[in-house]
Amino acid sequence: MIKTFSIGILLGIALAAGLMYVIPAVDQHREASMISVLPNDGNAETFHINLPEDQILQSPSNTGEAIPGGLRWPQESGLADAQTRLYKLRNRNDIVVGVASRVTTAASGNDNAVEWTLHLPARGSIYAMLQPTGDASGVHAGSMLAGTREFANLQGSVRESFVDAMDETGRIELVAALAGRLEETP
Amino acid sequence: MKYLIALLLGTLVGAVLFLMLLYHNPFAGNPTVSPLLISGQQLMDLSYSPVPAESIAVINSGEVPARPSPDGIDELWETSIKKTRVLVAPLADVRGDLVGIGIKFSSDSEKTRLLNAEAMVDSVWHIWMPDRGSLFIDQTENLWPYLRDVVMPARLSSSDNWRGTWFGITTAGPGALRTARVTGGSGQFAGFVSEAVESVSARAWMVDGGPAAVSGNLTIALSPQTAD
Repeated sequence: MIKTFSIGILLGIALAAGLMYVIPAVDQHREASMISVLPNDGNAETFHINLPEDQILQSPSNTGEAIPGGLRWPQESGLADAQTRLYKLRNRNDIVVGVASRVTTAASGNDNAVEWTLHLPARGSIYAMLQPTGDASGVHAGSMLAGTREFANLQGSVRESFVDAMDETGRIELVAALAGRLEETP
Repeated sequence: MKYLIALLLGTLVGAVLFLMLLYHNPFAGNPTVSPLLISGQQLMDLSYSPVPAESIAVINSGEVPARPSPDGIDELWETSIKKTRVLVAPLADVRGDLVGIGIKFSSDSEKTRLLNAEAMVDSVWHIWMPDRGSLFIDQTENLWPYLRDVVMPARLSSSDNWRGTWFGITTAGPGALRTARVTGGSGQFAGFVSEAVESVSARAWMVDGGPAAVSGNLTIALSPQTAD
């Protein structure tokens, strides 16, 4: 009987270890990547934000009130000048795939900048800096400065445009055109 | 029949023993010495508070102890972002002066291996300092020591809270020395590439509300490496 019990203990240890090894502790839900292939072997992916429903947070500024209303934003000199917004990010199928921050800054002694961080939990993150002023069609263009995990070894451009923007409604479209980094030849 | 019952009881005891060994794993240490401290580089420290009442915004699915704040903020309930948390916090320098705003995105990582005492989280910081510029920090954090020493004791406590003194370095990569990767954005940090380490100090944690007296610290090496 003791022998059987001891075998059971060993079996229990082996079973628990085996199950923990086989079954992943974290399984992030992943939507299929909706990409189109570019002539340079890179790919382009379009994300969008529906306004106002996807807006999570907005710092108070001259052009708008804080969202949500009870947000306590620091009023220290300089900090109130940045426009910070947080959004939910959708793919081409209108499914939420991540969260994003958009910060419009005026760094000391430097030009304004528009910065985006796109965080896609199952895939990685993209950090991009765009021109503060848009072109004739209102598109802000810029480049990806850093990427993590799936985007770690990519480089390319990111474009932002406001579609059907009217007051606080409409949608923000972000197009990331990314390709593998060019390796330097010795 | 009695042999079958003995086998089943033994299996159960074995599984419990294994889980207890895993929880009290003596080989799962808590890193407390930053690799940047011994690097001789000039360092910049930024501290923040993850406590909802002391931060600007805490955003999550609403199913974790730290409730979303402020009132009325949208929750991350959609399937793809349910295991993601966002913290918006003021950042202070070593003198306690407010120097910037940080936005931290954290998601449970599929690299989590409880067998190896690794409760991994993929996180990125988007930091903006009006006098200096902006930074992006990406890292993988191992929260196992924090969960084991702070969160689990609070959950097991009859008073549903934990009080004590705990310090640990959460950054576990992607750098070879378990450092985070820093990329400069605008201002003085344009073209800047460096390393950072994040640490957490805890004094109180509550099952209902999460961190009650917890502070975080980002140590960033200011000696720039060459950008690619």
